Amino acid sequence: MYPHISHQKDKPILDVRDVSVRYDGRVALDNVSFHLHVGERIAVVGPNGAGKSTLFKVVSGVLQPNSGEVTISGSKPTVHSCIAYIPQRSQVDWKFPVSVADVVMMGRSAKLGPFNFPKKRDWDFVNHALETVEIGNLSKRQISQLSGGQQQRMFIARALAQEAELMLMDEPLTGLDTPAQEGLLDLLDTLRTQKVTVMVATHDLEQAAKHFDRIMLLNKKIVAFGDPENVLQTDNLLSAYGGRFRTVEGKDGLLAVDDSCCDEGAHDHVH
Amino acid sequence: MFINWLVEPLKYEFMQRGMIAAVLVGIVCAVVGTYVVLRGMAFFGDALAHTILPGIAVGYLITGGARDTLFWWALGTAVLAAWGIGAISKQAEVKEDTAIGIIFAGMFALGIALISTVRSYTVDLSHFLFGDVLGVSAQSLWLIIIFGALVILTIAAFYKEFLTLSFDPILAMTLRLPVNLLNNLLLGLIAVTVAVSLQTVGVALMVAMLVTPAATAYLLTQRLWIMMTLAAILASLAGAIGLYLSYYLSIASGAAIVLTATAFFMLAFLWKRMKPA
Repeated sequence: MYPHISHQKDKPILDVRDVSVRYDGRVALDNVSFHLHVGERIAVVGPNGAGKSTLFKVVSGVLQPNSGEVTISGSKPTVHSCIAYIPQRSQVDWKFPVSVADVVMMGRSAKLGPFNFPKKRDWDFVNHALETVEIGNLSKRQISQLSGGQQQRMFIARALAQEAELMLMDEPLTGLDTPAQEGLLDLLDTLRTQKVTVMVATHDLEQAAKHFDRIMLLNKKIVAFGDPENVLQTDNLLSAYGGRFRTVEGKDGLLAVDDSCCDEGAHDHVH
Repeated sequence: MFINWLVEPLKYEFMQRGMIAAVLVGIVCAVVGTYVVLRGMAFFGDALAHTILPGIAVGYLITGGARDTLFWWALGTAVLAAWGIGAISKQAEVKEDTAIGIIFAGMFALGIALISTVRSYTVDLSHFLFGDVLGVSAQSLWLIIIFGALVILTIAAFYKEFLTLSFDPILAMTLRLPVNLLNNLLLGLIAVTVAVSLQTVGVALMVAMLVTPAATAYLLTQRLWIMMTLAAILASLAGAIGLYLSYYLSIASGAAIVLTATAFFMLAFLWKRMKPA
C-alpha cells in the first residue's frame, strides 16, 4: 500500500508553524504561522508573488520549507494522502487523452494500491463524486470539451474520489464568468457537510468576504487573518498590496482591490 | 495471387524471424512511445538511442563482432545512459536540452570513433545505425520476445500510476505515489525498448518508432488505452508492410518500416484536417 496515516482527532487539521521558504535566496514565505479547524473555509488573498502557491505546495508536502514545520492532524504532510491540490487551469494539459471519469479515477490511485485495477465499486465512487458536483452527465467527455466551471468541478470530484479532507484550490475563480464563479462557490458551501476543510487562493475580495469563514491576507508574511470584516480594512489592504490597489465603495460598503493582477492577463477586478 | 505475394517471402527462415521481430518491436515501441509523446520526451528518446553507440562499439571490439552478445551491451549502456541523462536533466548549470545535446553528440561520436578503428567497419556500422532486421538470429528473437513482454507487462502493471504521474505530477506527489521510482522506472523501460529495437531499426531511426505510431494514434483517439492499442496496431502493421516493401523493392528494411509509419501519420494528419470539425 501507499503510505497513509490515521488522523489524531484532537489535533488541528492543519498547523503551520514559523514556515519560511526561499527560492535562490529570494524570500517567498516569511515566518508564516496559523492553524485551521476541521471543516473551515479559508480564502487566501494577496498580490501576485505573495506566496499563495508556495504556501499550498508547502502545506501539501510537495515542497519542503527552509525552516518551520507543517503538520496535518498531528503528523507531517508527506504521510497523508488526504490533501488535494487543485491546480490552476492554465497549468493543466487539456489535450491529454483522458475522459472526465479517468481524471476523477486518478484520485483513487493511492486508495487502490499498487497492481490493482479499478473495480465496479471504484467506478461507482467516481460516478457518485461526479453526481455530487453536478456533472454526472459529462463523465465520458474528453476533458478539453468542458467549460471552465465544469473543469473546476471535475477537479473537486477528483478530490472527493481521493477522499480528501483538506482541499487546496489555486485560483479556481480566475477566468470564470460570474455565474460559474457563484455556482462553484455554492458547491463549496454544500460540501461543508462532508467535513472537508477548504483553502482557496483568490484575487476576488468580494467573493472571499461573501463565501468564506476567514480570510488570510498574505504578502510573504501573514498581514491579517480572521473574519472578513476585520481583515478587509484599508490599512491591512494597503500593507498587503502597497499602493497597487484602489478602493471602490460596493453596495455592502465593500472594498474592491487589486490593480496588479494577473497571470491570465486582461482581467479587470472591479466590482 | 495476393496471398502468394504475401507468403512467398516467408518461405525463408530469416524473413520469418525478421517479420516477427518487426511486429514485436513495433508493438513495444508504440506502447512505450505513447508516454514519450505525451510527456514530450522525443528528444530524450532520440538522444538515448544515439548515446548507446559507444557501448555497442566496445562490445563489438571485445567480442570481435559477435552479434548475439551485442544486445546485452546495448541494454547495459541504454539503462546507464537513461538514468545518467535523467540525472543531468535535474542540474541547473546548463539548460536541459543543451546538456542532452552535448552528451548525445559526444557519445555518438565516441561510438563511431571506436568502431572506425576496425578495418572494413562500414557494413557493421550501418547495421548499428539503420538496423538489420533480416539478420535477427533465433537467440536474438528470444531476447526481443522476453524483454519486450517484460516492458509491456510493466506498463500494464503500473498503468494507473504512470497515467497519474504523466497527467498531474503534483497529484501523484500528494497521493504519495513513489514519484522518483516511477520516473526512473519509465526511463528504464524506454532504455530496454531501445535495446530491444536496436537490430530492427538501428539507433538513428529509433526515435521514429518511439514517436510516429503513438503520434498517429494521438490524432485519432482521446483515451489513453485506445491510443496505446491503436499505436501498437499501426506500428506492427508498419513493421510488416515495411518488410514486404524492403523485400520486393530492395530497400533498406529499417528505412522501409519507418517510411511506412510516416505514411500512416501523414494519412491520419490529412484525414483529421479534411474532416469537418
